[in-house]
Amino acid sequence: MRGWFLPLAVLFGFIFLYAPIVSLVVFSFNESRLVTVWGGFSTRWYGELLRDRQILSSAWVSLQVAFWSANLAVIVGTLGAFVLTRFGKFFGRLLLTGMITAPLVMPEVITGLSLLLLFVSMELTLGWPAGRGLTTIIIAHTTFCAAFVAVIAQSRLRSMDESLEEAARDLGAGPVRVFFDVTLPVIAPALVAGWLLAFTLSLDDLVIASFVSGPGASTLPMVIFSKVRLGVSPDVNALATIIIGFVLVAVIIAGWLMRRAAKRDIG
Amino acid sequence: MNWRRALVIGIPMVWLGVFFLAPFFVLGRISLAEAIIARPPFTPLFERAPDGTLEIIASLENYRFLIEDALYRNAYLSSIRVALVSTIFALLIGYPIAYYIARAPEPKRSILLLMVILPFWTSFLLRVYAWMGFLRSNGVINNALISLGIIDAPLRMMQTDFAVYIGIVYTYLPFMILPLYANLTKLDGALLEAASDLGASPMVTFFTITLPLSLPGIVAGSMLVFIPAIGEYVIPALLGGPDTLMIGRVLWDEFFSSRDWPVASAVAIVMLFLVVAPIMWLQSIQNRREID
Repeated sequence: MRGWFLPLAVLFGFIFLYAPIVSLVVFSFNESRLVTVWGGFSTRWYGELLRDRQILSSAWVSLQVAFWSANLAVIVGTLGAFVLTRFGKFFGRLLLTGMITAPLVMPEVITGLSLLLLFVSMELTLGWPAGRGLTTIIIAHTTFCAAFVAVIAQSRLRSMDESLEEAARDLGAGPVRVFFDVTLPVIAPALVAGWLLAFTLSLDDLVIASFVSGPGASTLPMVIFSKVRLGVSPDVNALATIIIGFVLVAVIIAGWLMRRAAKRDIG
Repeated sequence: MNWRRALVIGIPMVWLGVFFLAPFFVLGRISLAEAIIARPPFTPLFERAPDGTLEIIASLENYRFLIEDALYRNAYLSSIRVALVSTIFALLIGYPIAYYIARAPEPKRSILLLMVILPFWTSFLLRVYAWMGFLRSNGVINNALISLGIIDAPLRMMQTDFAVYIGIVYTYLPFMILPLYANLTKLDGALLEAASDLGASPMVTFFTITLPLSLPGIVAGSMLVFIPAIGEYVIPALLGGPDTLMIGRVLWDEFFSSRDWPVASAVAIVMLFLVVAPIMWLQSIQNRREID
């Protein structure tokens, strides 16, 4: 694996990863409706995007869902991780371990279908949730995002110095106080990372949301999917470019913050 | 046990019990029902018989249907085939990248690693969509090849199995590279030096030392590509042709187009076993490694 072969293979790999994204961005500034034939520079598709009520309202639905799902997922996931790393043996420990890791590998179509069937059955027997929409999507997203938060929180809880918690207990702090004054501040960066991951995963989900949503609650991926199914369309390129721009800015800011934090730790 | 401890255990336990575990029982129960035109579109599990006793109505009819109808058998088999081929391609493309990054000096290493993860943070749906513009008959690849004079007529790449392989490899490549990278950075450079001191060529060194030692990384990465690929819906729906049979797509159509909830449930239950089996296998390998 020396000489020309390896760099060439890596170069090919990165072209493979980035060429479609670059072309997506380039053709979003294309005057022509034919997405892949260049017809001159234009920003008209951005204008059309901003006038598209369906896209805008579904983007709002998606942001709301992602915000509440991420909040709830951090609560459920952190509690799950805390219980598994700090509570020792208790009844149902094995069950909880399984339930918190299984959503990571569960195919989306199975999660989506089984949750929908649960919601329908609950509505028939308990009368709740009445119909499907925002609430059911938030519940579904919280459940699978909590698994990702739990993985991140668990690894942080395992690596943190437990003598800090012991010291607080020895000095007379109750378990609730120890958690909020010692454990939580230490694991906070991991929870922020978990929140962001949950938020992104929720924004990105198409399959589960399609199963558990009802009329009147379409998320952004659902609207994009129904557009894209009929073929390529330039306003989707414009939307993609905006999303890629946001991600780039977020990554640059995160990188800068991390670098500053690392410098502060050393200095 | 005090009440606070019970509450802290109870919140995640109840949430996941109700919204993750219970749905599988509902799924299993509806897979034994029969589709009817009503709300909800399946027969109830219990029915009151004329003499006042409760009767349980459950049949394995849907499962028999799955076994007898060639469509479902072919869909399961072709899902496994598509997932397997994609995993192999992801490994072939991902391994050199992971190897290169693992050997690279800092800060080049961090930058390359970030570049591998970066596409993962943009929308999955839009990344698949990007390939639609690339592979179409008047798409970027065909236009480039024609203007270079390599081909006369556009190649048909969209709506083929080839496009599905590309979509899966593209989407899941970071999941292959990251475990491989984590494994390869731990590789002891002294072993490689010893091999070359003893006269082994780089090729021999790679196949007798690096490759066998990176096997856990290969297994982990392959599982992370293979498992989600089996149940994939979006990629075959957007890039595949009408003859690209994948089980995730069959389940989706059974539910949304045929509105046959019981058959869709039976498809999901069979798929669950198809997916759970390789995970159990992976877990047992990992446990064995931890004991060693």
